[in-house]
Amino acid sequence: MRYTLGELMVAAAAREIREGEVVFVGMRLPLIAFIVAKQTHAPNCVGLFENGVIRTKPAAELIYTMADPPNLLHATQCLDMMGVMGLLQAGRVDLGFLGAAEVDRFGNLNSTQVQGEHGIVRLPGSGGACDIASLAHRFVAMIDHERHRLPERVGYITSPGNGNGAGYRKRVGLPRGGPSAVITTKAVLRFGEDGEAYLHSHHERISVEEVVASTGWKLRVANDAGETAPPSPDERRAIREYDKDGFWTS
Amino acid sequence: MFICLCQIGSHGSLTTLNPGLKRFFAIMMRTMSKLRSMRDAIAEFVPDGSSVAVGLQLEQMIPFAAGHEIIRQKKRDLRLIGPISDCLFDQLIGAGCVKDVVAAWVGNVMMGQAYNFRRAVEAGEVRVFNMTNFTIALGLQAGAIGVPFLPTRTARGSDVPKGNHFFYQIISPFEPKETLLAVRAIAPDITIVNVQRADAEGNAHCWGNFGVMLEAVRAAKKVIVVAEEIVEQEVIASDPNRTVIPGFLVSAVVHEPFGAHPSPVQGYYSRDSEFFRAYHAETKTPEDFVRWRSKWVDGVRDRSGYLRMLGSDRVNSLRVKKHAYSAPADYGY
Repeated sequence: MRYTLGELMVAAAAREIREGEVVFVGMRLPLIAFIVAKQTHAPNCVGLFENGVIRTKPAAELIYTMADPPNLLHATQCLDMMGVMGLLQAGRVDLGFLGAAEVDRFGNLNSTQVQGEHGIVRLPGSGGACDIASLAHRFVAMIDHERHRLPERVGYITSPGNGNGAGYRKRVGLPRGGPSAVITTKAVLRFGEDGEAYLHSHHERISVEEVVASTGWKLRVANDAGETAPPSPDERRAIREYDKDGFWTS
Repeated sequence: MFICLCQIGSHGSLTTLNPGLKRFFAIMMRTMSKLRSMRDAIAEFVPDGSSVAVGLQLEQMIPFAAGHEIIRQKKRDLRLIGPISDCLFDQLIGAGCVKDVVAAWVGNVMMGQAYNFRRAVEAGEVRVFNMTNFTIALGLQAGAIGVPFLPTRTARGSDVPKGNHFFYQIISPFEPKETLLAVRAIAPDITIVNVQRADAEGNAHCWGNFGVMLEAVRAAKKVIVVAEEIVEQEVIASDPNRTVIPGFLVSAVVHEPFGAHPSPVQGYYSRDSEFFRAYHAETKTPEDFVRWRSKWVDGVRDRSGYLRMLGSDRVNSLRVKKHAYSAPADYGY
């Protein structure tokens, strides 16, 4: 393969960012997606980090956490959490990226606790994920595509997606938003008007059948479902310039 | 005492005073000063059963030195409060200091989960009040401004508020059809923060990302400021916009260089990512953690001992390689 799976997922995530958007960036692959978007199709997007940092130019070096010193140097603003979360609540953030241990049929995310063979397995928790899923205009989740990680229904809703279907978010009092895509290690899922996920594209060398078999509910498949577009030369260059040793994308 | 201060002010320096007055002034300064050793500050201000807000600037400036002293002094039944914790909560939990946790995320940020936290919660030894980053900020802000709660639109339709007494559903008094979540005020017994520099009274400069530190300092009953450098009051007063903590809120000031290692302090040292990686590899089982702890915490008397263990080469490799000073601000008139 001319590119790694990590690179494909980063490129797919980068394309979710539209030019000029304000984005809650997060770490790992979404951080690199933000950098790729800035260097390709969305040079004017703005990145927000939960620690309070706002950046219009990505950090000059690879960072492992959002508070690594290079992420503060030459930032647009170093604010506090209340400041950036306040912007999020006020509807000033277009898009947020989230990871999770589980994502379900309606795009609800769990990063708090899962049922293991010997009882409850405790995970680190929400962090800001619940806030971003609740308050951004849309969110994109990234996850390893394994059947137990894509159950029909998550065991615990850390971050609300479409709940149990269309209308849920309005009913519970969420002001806006919801999931717009789930980028997995096998496919890209999107959401119908009924709030349910469907297969939008499968990655190279992964069949539709494999994606469906690796999903914990009867995954609908779009009529025009094709292959996820591979990273372009520009996208690949941007990824490799940043993640030189492939810490995140190899 | 007042006269004495006036004289100091007019002469500007201790050396111009007569010896008797100088001695008197030195005694007075000692009693006024809030400077303490880390050992004394923790012994005095972190009694068993306290609620402790710490690690408030996310992955920057985590007061690990304070945490390790809490472990050495075998504090018990603490409530830990923070947005996310990058390993420090895990260490305090592993050492048996903790009764419950009010936090949004506990783990090892670059590596994922942290083992002591997971084990203790799964075994029912430590209770967790699940929060989100924003609701931790709101709870502390409510504490800081003296109201019982603050309303928010976050976390509706999530399981986070369920069965969690930090949340309550309310109806807006102004938009009767609008339901909101009230987040209960959080007022820590003690907030411990690491900053770049402070004076002896606790007036502190900090720069970089603040996380929820500003709220946590104002919400707390007592504050310990851990500073990389202790400077004259004039240095702090020269840039009041950078003063994030006014001294009157502060109970103790601890001078502790590299007190946040392995987390970074902007302008002083970088993040020691290798240390976080090693912590993940070396603390998988309870026995592993005991070994880790006996080396890095109980095996040293204080932070100087810890830094000797770390080695001067490693310490030096983390120091700032290229300074990046901001432009000075003119406060003149």
